Parts: sequence; structure tokens; C-alpha cells
Amino acid sequence: MEHVIEMLNIRKEFPGIVANDNITVQLKKGEIHALLGENGAGKSTLMNVLFGLYQPEAGEIRVNGETVKITNPNVANDLGIGMVHQHFMLVEPFTVTQNIILGNEPKGKLGNINIKKAEKEIQEISDRYGLKVDPSAKISDISVGMQQRVEILKTLYRGAEVLIFDEPTAVLTPQEISELIEIMRSLVKEGKSIILITHKLKEIMEVCDRCTVIRKGKGIGTVEVKDTNPDELASLMVGREVNFKTEKKPADPKEVVLHIEELYVQDARKIDLVKGLNLDVRAGEIVGIAGIDGNGQTELIEAITGLRKSRSGKIQLKEKNITNLKPRNVTKSGLGHIPQDRHKYGLVLDYPIGANMVLQTYYQKPYSNVSILNYKEIYNKANELIKEYDVRTPSEYTPARALSGGNQQKAIIGREIDRSPDLLIAAQPTRGLDVGAIEFIHKKLIEERDKGRAILLVSFELDEILDVSDRIAVMFDGKIVASRKPEETNEQELGLLMAGSTTNEAGDSSDIK
Amino acid sequence: MRQVIQVTSNNRLFGILVPIISVLLGLIAGAIIMMISGHNPIEGYVALWNGAFYDAFTIGETVRRITPLILTGLAIAFAFRTGLFNIGAEGQVIVGWLAAVWVGIAIDAPMIIHLPLAILAGALAGGLWGFIPGLLKAKIGVHEVIVTIMMNYIAMYVSNQIVRSVLTDHSTSTEHIASTASLGSEWLQALTFYSRMHYGILIALFVAVLMWFIIDRTTIGYELKSVGFNKHASKYAGMNVSKNIILSMVISGAFAGLAGAMEGLGTYGNVSVISGFTNLGFDGIAVALLGANNPLGVILAAILFGVLKEGAGEMPSAGVPTELVDIIIALIIFFVASSYIIRWALLRFKKEGK
Repeated sequence: MEHVIEMLNIRKEFPGIVANDNITVQLKKGEIHALLGENGAGKSTLMNVLFGLYQPEAGEIRVNGETVKITNPNVANDLGIGMVHQHFMLVEPFTVTQNIILGNEPKGKLGNINIKKAEKEIQEISDRYGLKVDPSAKISDISVGMQQRVEILKTLYRGAEVLIFDEPTAVLTPQEISELIEIMRSLVKEGKSIILITHKLKEIMEVCDRCTVIRKGKGIGTVEVKDTNPDELASLMVGREVNFKTEKKPADPKEVVLHIEELYVQDARKIDLVKGLNLDVRAGEIVGIAGIDGNGQTELIEAITGLRKSRSGKIQLKEKNITNLKPRNVTKSGLGHIPQDRHKYGLVLDYPIGANMVLQTYYQKPYSNVSILNYKEIYNKANELIKEYDVRTPSEYTPARALSGGNQQKAIIGREIDRSPDLLIAAQPTRGLDVGAIEFIHKKLIEERDKGRAILLVSFELDEILDVSDRIAVMFDGKIVASRKPEETNEQELGLLMAGSTTNEAGDSSDIK
Repeated sequence: MRQVIQVTSNNRLFGILVPIISVLLGLIAGAIIMMISGHNPIEGYVALWNGAFYDAFTIGETVRRITPLILTGLAIAFAFRTGLFNIGAEGQVIVGWLAAVWVGIAIDAPMIIHLPLAILAGALAGGLWGFIPGLLKAKIGVHEVIVTIMMNYIAMYVSNQIVRSVLTDHSTSTEHIASTASLGSEWLQALTFYSRMHYGILIALFVAVLMWFIIDRTTIGYELKSVGFNKHASKYAGMNVSKNIILSMVISGAFAGLAGAMEGLGTYGNVSVISGFTNLGFDGIAVALLGANNPLGVILAAILFGVLKEGAGEMPSAGVPTELVDIIIALIIFFVASSYIIRWALLRFKKEGK
């Protein structure tokens, strides 16, 4: 079979670093080809080279066997290469059609834009690939999954034969992911070729034909997906064996640490999102909250941590009533919180990573004395945590912004665990991280459990919930609707419960406590 | 990722190089304009130099001019460092000036009490003028730029009204402050051939150290900067976001109020009805930008501004209109504001040099 795209021995350097070192990727016509690598391995750089955003220092790019020089994205477009970016490039107040034709408007005789004609064409393409996009809908009115399909349409409208998907599933719900996979299949059936950038092994196994692995900027090789398995892919990607099943002893739950009673919490629009929730978390156990995003999980965590006022109900941390205390007082009462959005809440990105390590404790001794900071103590502590939690950073003075997501997360986890909190809340602790970092974080959570801490884990990834929790509480519509032991349930059952299914066993919530 | 680190490690070098190149480009552009308008740029710049450094007297006057610029520059730099844009330094200068002089006139006390009290009054008045926009921003989210601009006008007209109808009987300027409230120094005056140089420069330098200390060494600065960088993370970490926004504006306002006190207690010894802004506050914005919001940088930038402004007075003797100096200052600010271009050019140059 012929190759539509060949990137041969590509090398791309940035000052002080070789982002791509002699990488070769060959894309066959009509295949879905995965590009697998950890965060920062150089996948995006390689694709930006192909898309004309970067110029390689060495190597050759061939399209349909002919050597080409892609100097900018327009050249890539002309060659039939389209990119579906992770962060969508859409004008929100515009309609789907307006967005798709932007920069490429079909002109009428008087120079007017022929929207009708464009809409018809877009409808045709949408039908052909089963994209189900309404060309006249406004971007701001449609779901994230639909917006992504608009991005796909945009590349197709411009005649793309090769589509690059940059971590397309990161922003999607499970349903949207399976829809996307269907779309990708119908695209290749129609003769398109796809490069899928990802670090999710499951997706590769499900949809891809071949997979090229990149590790630390180097091409490790290309494998046929049908001849491999997730374990092999993971070890190729990380460079060592990876444990998927987190090893852990059975839990030994002790006294109740977090006790929530009839809690009601409103969102900014004054609508109840947590509606009479009851939950207990004991010392020495990990309780995982499973649920679809938007069922009150965020509001629940914000209420516990003091970031949001609860309307009524009671939250108790050990013997202390912490309902509606300020965040600082909650923290002092023995809470550690790994926030869902590490950039918004977890770190001051412009501060050195070292200064971020004392974000809650800077005002205490020994980090300061009568309001005067003691940098020596601060950076000593930072160094200690950086070493212990394997935070890879050039130095403790490096701005947190410059660290990769996984290392930022490890820093936050180190900081939160180091205060030895009685209760640790971990909200989406592994979102967007690669398998190596995920393994590390899960291990740390279980270590803390074994030390007798109570851990509340909130995650939208069922795998993570099933793997790490000792007890699963399913949250739906602001309440805990069921409680399960991970070994006594499965994804199907949880999926149903999360969707609010009220079968006999699902409706019973009396065994939560 | 590594790229980002590289750029930040180069920041120090750029922080120094960019303002210097900006100033040079501004001076060159000024020279070109002088040539086009038929003046001799060398004579013009010699006159400028003489206007600022000719003898002890001019040097004394130059220092006097630099003093309030350091303070307003620090005021704006302080706000910038904590994520706020205090355009209200102008109004804070005016109320600080008024309050300091008022205390200087109205109270009868020995110097050791009277002078600190008058200075403090200036700082407090400026702080109050910063408190209002800070409060509005913290509690109801009104942007500080809009409020501070309006506060400038309120300050000017309120001050004029108080001078006319409270401190005097329809006069355009107040009587002189009591000698016990004066920052004037016979020693400094004798040294500088009876210029209006006063002890205020020491206060300005002290405030620069104070700013560095608060911002870089204390938990207050840690909180203020943190809130400026990321409100959400600051709240998560248990800081009081509203309190810190207000505090930042109060400190910034107090610094600007001190600048007014320097003028009232040092340079002029009274307060007059003004028909327009003093421009000390607005020049402070440029000083802060040119000084990269760093206390030492602000001092250096204030010196440059003071020298240019003071020296300008002498340029007409070389036939160059003083307006040209304003054009040169504007050009320097222009080049600083477009420092991105200089940065880019420097990077380009470095790359090719490799």
C-alpha cells in the first residue's frame, strides 16, 4: 500500500533542547495511525512540523511520494493536510457555516458571500461522514463534541485527505468519544487517512491500525496494533514496565473522618446542584465518587473546602464542624485538597515552583517569622518535596508555568500530602497525565490511605475509580444514589447508575454509610 | 518547555538592555527631529545637560524634581506588581499635597511631631484615595482604571475648592506652612546654592527600599503578588482576596500621597489652586514602565525623567523649544512600550550571531 505522508528522519531543535531527534512516521492511505508518547515527548512538535508551523532542521517530508517543503499551514492545506486542534479555533458568535468558510469564502458575482451554497455543501459533507452537524447553528449554542465535529468539517471542506487529530478525546464525554470513533472509522472508509495524537492506550487499541511511539523526542518504532497489547505499548512509551492494576492491600477503615449530612449547595445561578447529600469517609479508606460531570461534584468539593458556601446541611471533619468555614480554617482543620483545575486553583503559575510549595503555609513558622519570609526554609522544603515526589524541574526557582502538567501535579500532591491532612480530597488527580505520572499518583494515594488518612477521590474516569477506590459512591443529580465495592461492580453497572437509572438495586442508597 | 526557561533566564539581561536601548533610540529620534526642524542637536543636548547638571544649583533643582517622580513611580510599580493598574496616582498626589500642607498650616507642634504628622497626613490621604477604588474593585468588581481616573478629577476639584474656601478666603494659594513642618534644609540649600532641594529625596529612597522589602521579603508581599497573579489559587490557599486588593491600592495610594507631601512640605511650602493636573502621577506610569516595576529601576527611571524635565528648561537657550523635550520623552516611552520589538530584534540578532 502506498504512503500518503512520509516524515523521514525529522529533527527539530529548540534552544537547549532537541524536541524531535530522527523521527520517522509513514502514514498509509486509509489507515488510522496513532502517534503515542508521554506529555512532552515531542508529538505535537512533530505534527506542527508537518502542518508547517515549524521548520525541521533535518529530514524529509514526502506527500504521495513527492518531497515537499511545508513552509506554512496554507501549504499544508493545499497538500490536503488538515489539523483538528485540541483547543478549537472557532469564532463563538458565528454559525457553523461562517466558521467553516472563514478565510475561504465562496464569492457570488458581486463579491458577496454565498452562504446558501456553502451551507448546502457543508450539509452534504456532514451527511456523507455522519457528522450530524447543523450548518446554521451558532458555535456558542452547540456542545463541545459538536464543536469538534465542526473542526473536522472545516478540514474536510478544505479538501483534506489527511487529518491530524491532536488529543481529540481529552475534552469529550464517553458518549462523545464513541461517536468520534465512529466518525473516524467512516472517514477512513471514504479513503481519508488519519494521524491520531494521543497517550490513551485504550483508544489506540480500539481504533488504530498502526502506532508510532515517541519517547523523549526519539522515534522508538512503529508497531501493528493487532500484534501488540496495552502493556507493551505502555512500556514502549515510558521505557519501562508499567503497572496498570494498582497494587494494594484490602482497606482497613477506621473512624469516620468526613461526615456530610443533608448537604445542599447552590451554584452561581442560585440553583441547587447538591441536593441533600449524605456521605461518610473513614480513616484508611479511599472513597471514589463516580458520576458524569455536572452532577454536583464540583460544588460538593467547593463546599467541603470552603470555596463555596453551602445553603444548608452539615460538614464535619473529625470532631469539628467545618460547614461554611473559610478555606484557611478548613485547611487548618486538617484538609488537603488536590484541586480539579491545577492551573486555576492549584498553582500560582508565575511564582517559582518553590514558592508554590508553601502556598498554604507561608505565614507559619519556619517559612516566615513576624511576616518576614525565610526563603532559605521555603526553598529547603521545596527541594525536599521536589526530590521526594520526583518533580522534574530545572530548579526550585523555575516558574511553575514552565513545568509539564504531570510535574505540576506531582508538586501539588507533594505539597498537599506533606501537611499530613486527616482528609485528602483528590479531584481528577490524573486528568491529562500520561501513564507514568498516573501510576505514581495512584501509588501515592494508596500510600496515604495505608497511613490512615481518609481519601475522597472524584474522577470522571471510571477506570480510575474502579482501580483505586475501596468504596464507590455514585453521584447523580446532586445526591449519592448508590454505593458499591469495586470488586462487586463493573463499568456497565456504574454507567447505568451514573445515568440515573433506578433499577431496584440502583435505587437503594441505604448502605452508603 | 525548555524554551520558556531560557527566555526567563535572559530576562535579567533584557530587563537592563531594553530600557537602555529605548532611551538611546528616543534620544536619536529626538536628534533627528531637531535636525529636521533646523536646530543643532548637539547644542540642544548640551543645553539639556547644562540645564540639569551645570552647577550645584541646577543639580539641586534636578534632585528636587526627581524626588516626587520616584514616589509616584513606586506607587504605580507597586500596584503593577500586584496586578493592578493605578492610574489614580495623580489624584493621590493632589490629596496628599493638600493634606500635608493643611496639617503643616493648621497645627502648632514641635518639629519632631509636626513634620512626621504632616508627612503621614499626605500618605493617609493618598491611601484613602486608593482605598475607594480598591474597595469598589474588591467588593463589586468595578475596574480600578475607570474609578481612579474619575478620582483624579474629584481630587483636583475638591482640593481647589478647599484651598479657595476653607484654607483661604477666596485666594488662589494658601499661606506658607510652619517651619516645623518643612522638609527644607538649610544645609542642603547652602550646599546647592539655594536650590529648592529638600530632605524628601531621603524619604523617596527609603520608600524604594520599603517597597522592595514589602514585595520581596514579607508574607504581605507574597499574598499581594499571589492575588495579583491568580485570584482563584489565592482563595484556594486561604488568602483573603478582597483584603489584598484593597491593601495594594492603599499602599500604592500612600506612596503617591507621599509624593504630594514632598511637593507641599518641601518644594513649594503651600498648596495652590491648580487649573490642570500636576502630571506627577501620569509621569509615574512611564517611570514605572521604564523601571520595569522594580524599585531600583524606578529610581533610575525617575532620575532620567527628572533630568530630562529639568534640563528642558535650558534648551530654549539653544533655540530648541521645550516642547521638543516632551516629544523626546514621549518617544522614549514609545520605545519602551514597544519593547517587544526591541526584544525581538535582540533575539534575532543573538540567533544570527551564533
